[in-house]
Amino acid sequence: MYILEARQLTKTYHDGEVETQVLKGISFGIRKGEFVAIMGPSGSGKSTLLHILGFLDRQTSGTYLFDDTSSDNYSEDDLARIRNEKVGFVFQSFNLLPRVSVLENVMLPLLYSSVPEIEWHGRAVAAIEAVGLSHRSGYDASRLSGGEKQRTAIARSLVNHPDIIFADEPTGNLDTQSGKAVMEILEGLNRDHGHTIILITHETFTASHAERILHIRDGMIEQDEQVRDRVRADSFVK
Amino acid sequence: MRLIYTTKTAWRGIRSNVSRSLLTILGIVIGITAIILIVSIGEGAQRLIVGEIQGLGANTIIIRPGKQPSGPTDVAGTLFADSLKNADVEALQRKENVPDLIAIAPALIITGSATHGRETYRPTIFGWDAEFMGSMMDVLPAEGEYFDEADIRGKASVAVIGSKVAKELFLSEDPIGKTIKIKNHAFRVVAVLPPKGQSAFFNVDEVVIVPYTTAQTYVLGIDYYNEVMVRVTDPDVVDESVYDITATLRERHNITDPTKDDFFVVTQQGVVDQISVILNILTLFLSSVVAISLVVGGIGVMNIMLVSVTERTREIGLRKALGAHNRDILLQFLIEAVLLTGAGGVIGIILGTALSYLAGIGVAQALSVSWEFAFPYMAAIEGVGVSALVGVVFGIYPARKASKKSPIEALRYE
Repeated sequence: MYILEARQLTKTYHDGEVETQVLKGISFGIRKGEFVAIMGPSGSGKSTLLHILGFLDRQTSGTYLFDDTSSDNYSEDDLARIRNEKVGFVFQSFNLLPRVSVLENVMLPLLYSSVPEIEWHGRAVAAIEAVGLSHRSGYDASRLSGGEKQRTAIARSLVNHPDIIFADEPTGNLDTQSGKAVMEILEGLNRDHGHTIILITHETFTASHAERILHIRDGMIEQDEQVRDRVRADSFVK
Repeated sequence: MRLIYTTKTAWRGIRSNVSRSLLTILGIVIGITAIILIVSIGEGAQRLIVGEIQGLGANTIIIRPGKQPSGPTDVAGTLFADSLKNADVEALQRKENVPDLIAIAPALIITGSATHGRETYRPTIFGWDAEFMGSMMDVLPAEGEYFDEADIRGKASVAVIGSKVAKELFLSEDPIGKTIKIKNHAFRVVAVLPPKGQSAFFNVDEVVIVPYTTAQTYVLGIDYYNEVMVRVTDPDVVDESVYDITATLRERHNITDPTKDDFFVVTQQGVVDQISVILNILTLFLSSVVAISLVVGGIGVMNIMLVSVTERTREIGLRKALGAHNRDILLQFLIEAVLLTGAGGVIGIILGTALSYLAGIGVAQALSVSWEFAFPYMAAIEGVGVSALVGVVFGIYPARKASKKSPIEALRYE
């Protein structure tokens, strides 16, 4: 049983009369609790794939099933609700509100959720604690180091208790030490709390934390590699 | 999305660039300030004029010669009309014609200067009944006594002068018993009025009053009046008395068709109503002109909101990526626009109130009147409402533009 499944996904961009096909029929499935890295060189289509999987964009053709429901059946409002409740995002450039405190940044997804207001503070504090940033809770995001910013972004992605965390090059803007710390947090979330994590990276070190690596090149899956023991019998590549 | 957080977010957006926000709302501030100023001064002027007119007594009726003026050019016609004569006054005085009449005072306007020795001054000169004027304006002589009925009947060459006239013509001399000359006719000063300043009709300090009979015979050489003032027993009988006066004068002038009337009757309430209508129209007209500045201000707000939406494209993308619906983004930017213009409205009301208070003091000093400051509550409430509405109207387009952004395109925006 997959939490998400891609069937022959394609994505084509149009710029005037120029047509660029970025994804060329991608199929795979991911089970709940998996830690999957999508690896590939620049322009391979990995970011586009992540945006489609995270409901930030729509595919040109093919089917994307989330919780056994095709994304085609979701309205714009449904997609907003899924982005809020079911998935969490960690971006390469952090995307924090600069003049806003860590606590308020982490609270941001709750503003658009159905979570009662009385729970907001407690949830945000717990998420900040989970990434070890309690001492920075009142700091403006602009005053944090790169590593702290990314940990804030991870806390924000956790605050609504999502099923899946999508991480787009989470260590891309960090030094080695901070990158390692961030990956350890993500790994811990997967190992200890069962969060499904899908990250894209072009760094072998970052990908090495995953149990499964999907290698993408020229918009197609080149290899689906199980790198750790955790057995996913029904993971497949069509 | 919770409204309080949206408002907080919007407020943070405004505060992040204070100087730009202030410049953005300048048009709204100026517009609302001007409206408050106009309405406040309009209301103050209305109160002053209405107060002055009502001060004349609700039982005073004015009869003027000529046709009822329907425009400024007709006023001259009234000044030169000669249809109200002494025989009319005598007819009105008869009990059987106007039973409720208790006093009648014809009046004449004399243009010219008054001289005493080598001093010359150009006062407002009336041929009138000084006692009637005194009770109408609620003023008693500071020195001397008003000329009386016998002086009027006897066409006495006596004059009552205002305090400024006394100062200009007599300097430090005591004017009582001294002579002034008007159109080569000598008048003995019998009374000096105390300083009272501007009334709705004339400046009491700059007035010279001589008996109307004397003015007719010796100064102007005419047999008609510019105005006849009548006082009746009670304000409740004003309408009946107007009817009696009209009937008496029509009969005397052989008028059967009311459209051919060669006189018209003005009551105090009629004047108040007329002035109120004129001032209201004037205030409305000026406010409408000023309202254009609100439109200009609104366009300024829209312009800056569009810039703000572009600048914050990535923020919009982030919010959408985190689950914001289109309506959440729309509401955030709309609230920001309304907060901007609303703040402009509040600043405008404060500024407008302060300026109209200062203007009131200026008017009171310049015209020597007692100016009552009027805070225009309705205009203030409407001002806030209108400025908020400007925010909604001119904020909706940028807000919609923001809400329609695709999350991924917004996140990719550099």
